[in-house]
Amino acid sequence: MKLILAIIKPFKLDEVREALTGLGIAGMTVTEVKGFGRQKGQTEIYRGAEYATNMVPKVKIELVCDDALAARVVETLQQTAGTGSIGDGKIFVLDVGQAVRIRTGETGEAAL
Amino acid sequence: MTKGENMTFANRFAAGAGAAGLALFAALPAWAQEAATAVAAAPAETAAPAADGPIKGPTVEQMAGMVDKGDTAWMLVSAALVLLMSIPALALFYGGLVRTKNMLSLLMQVFMIVSVAALVWVSWGYSLAFTSGSPFIGGFDKIFLQGVNAGTFAATFSNNVYIPEYAFIAFQMTFACITPALIVGAFAERIKFTPLIVFTVLWLTFAYFPIAHMVWYWAGPDFLVDAPTDYGLLWGWGALDFAGGTVVHINAGVAGLIGCLIVGPRLGFGKEATPPHSMTMTMIGAALLWVGWFGFNAGSNLESNGLAALAFVNTFVATAAAAVSWALIEQFRHGKPSLLGAVTGAVAGLVAITPASGFAAPMTAILLGLVVSPICFFFVSYLKGKLKYDDTLDVFGVHGIGGIVGALGTAIVADPSLGGQGFFDYTVFPAVPGEYNMAGQFMTQLWAVGTTILWTSIVSAVLFYGLKLTTGLRPSEEAEREGLDLAEHGERAYNY
Repeated sequence: MKLILAIIKPFKLDEVREALTGLGIAGMTVTEVKGFGRQKGQTEIYRGAEYATNMVPKVKIELVCDDALAARVVETLQQTAGTGSIGDGKIFVLDVGQAVRIRTGETGEAAL
Repeated sequence: MTKGENMTFANRFAAGAGAAGLALFAALPAWAQEAATAVAAAPAETAAPAADGPIKGPTVEQMAGMVDKGDTAWMLVSAALVLLMSIPALALFYGGLVRTKNMLSLLMQVFMIVSVAALVWVSWGYSLAFTSGSPFIGGFDKIFLQGVNAGTFAATFSNNVYIPEYAFIAFQMTFACITPALIVGAFAERIKFTPLIVFTVLWLTFAYFPIAHMVWYWAGPDFLVDAPTDYGLLWGWGALDFAGGTVVHINAGVAGLIGCLIVGPRLGFGKEATPPHSMTMTMIGAALLWVGWFGFNAGSNLESNGLAALAFVNTFVATAAAAVSWALIEQFRHGKPSLLGAVTGAVAGLVAITPASGFAAPMTAILLGLVVSPICFFFVSYLKGKLKYDDTLDVFGVHGIGGIVGALGTAIVADPSLGGQGFFDYTVFPAVPGEYNMAGQFMTQLWAVGTTILWTSIVSAVLFYGLKLTTGLRPSEEAEREGLDLAEHGERAYNY
């Protein structure tokens, strides 16, 4: 099993979710986050006082899928979340040791 | 019945009756004498019973027949509109501009200053401002409103036109409420609550009431002829201030500057980002200020007539012009017009038109509005940064500077040759239009502005230093970092 962790532009979330459920992904966790990378923040000006906001709002997606699906998930994420400009985000893939469905006690891929 | 006991003679126009010069200002120019002023429109027609022309020095019984229900209704509505300017308008305008952790402290400060000022006003403020005394301050004849009842009257600017004294007291009370509330923006986010309230009581007593007396007190159009030296100092010079440019805005703006210098800058000033927490609140506040200001300016005419309508229109268009010119400057300077810029411009326009609202013509009011924004923008966005003082919400940059621009501009726009109203000469009975001298009037305005700045600077500096050395003015460093909402009031503005 793989944990796929993606940081994307907030307005791309719906598109990404639709494409991933189309692949058979049954669930994901979404968090509103702030951070910075190559895309610097923007400047706000209040009565001449300039404030540089160097943290940009992003959405973080976490989902776990079986190994066979991981490559297609990453590919789909990359295609749907991308706009071609800086600040599109990153995707990380990690190995997952175990998964448990709390209600039934099922483990492994059956729990996904 | 002497007039001192039975009536109030209020005024926002100078009429330099005999101008018995004070030794202190003996060098003052001769135009003080000629600069009588007013908007006394068609006095005789509006005064019902006077069959043989206006009555000089009417008795209180005669005054009762010189009251118009329309005027009374308009003054009561205006008083309520001016209260709206401080709560909630000013509180929201200021509150939106501070950080979330200090929002509630601004709301509370403005709300309580209004409440305390109202009590001070009826206790001794009205008497000190609007009874006869010295040229600098009134007396205690009407302390705790003694001698005032539903059958006593206050003068207007027309011969033989009166309004109920209670209506005048209520209207003027709202001015005393908003002026100290304006000051708190200068040291927002870093002031202890209790010393602020103590300051409010003392500042009203030693700065606001004397200046209100100097600018607005006079014997009234039916009495000045027989009491030719019964007026406040600046009124006697012939200074023009229709609705309170000196008394309210320069007064509060300068006190704010002194306050922020003595209180000192916020922790992290210039290093930490302190952006406004809600431009939505600020826009609501500014828009309500605009609405309330119709009561402030048009109500200051004291009568519901064509001149009140003129002040209303001027208040509308000068404000619009100032909002437009501020937005234009930002478009050129930063490439983007901001909402905060537009509403700040609107407030600067309101401040500038205040002393001129009953004197200007709509087109000259627009010019005044267009001019005030660039000047305030320069102070707020450029000079303040260079001088590094922390006037947090630009009380000086907008109210002080805008007030000075308005007070001086009044001399220009009031000129009848530019479509202005000029002034009325109350040294003759009934009053007649005076002969207008723009250059002379400008010098008079300059003297009035200088006197106001000097007086309020000294009083404010003494009070702020006194409180700093006794009770202290600032909360602890921890409290300031935590935010005044929790530290001073034990509440948050928002519980999500």
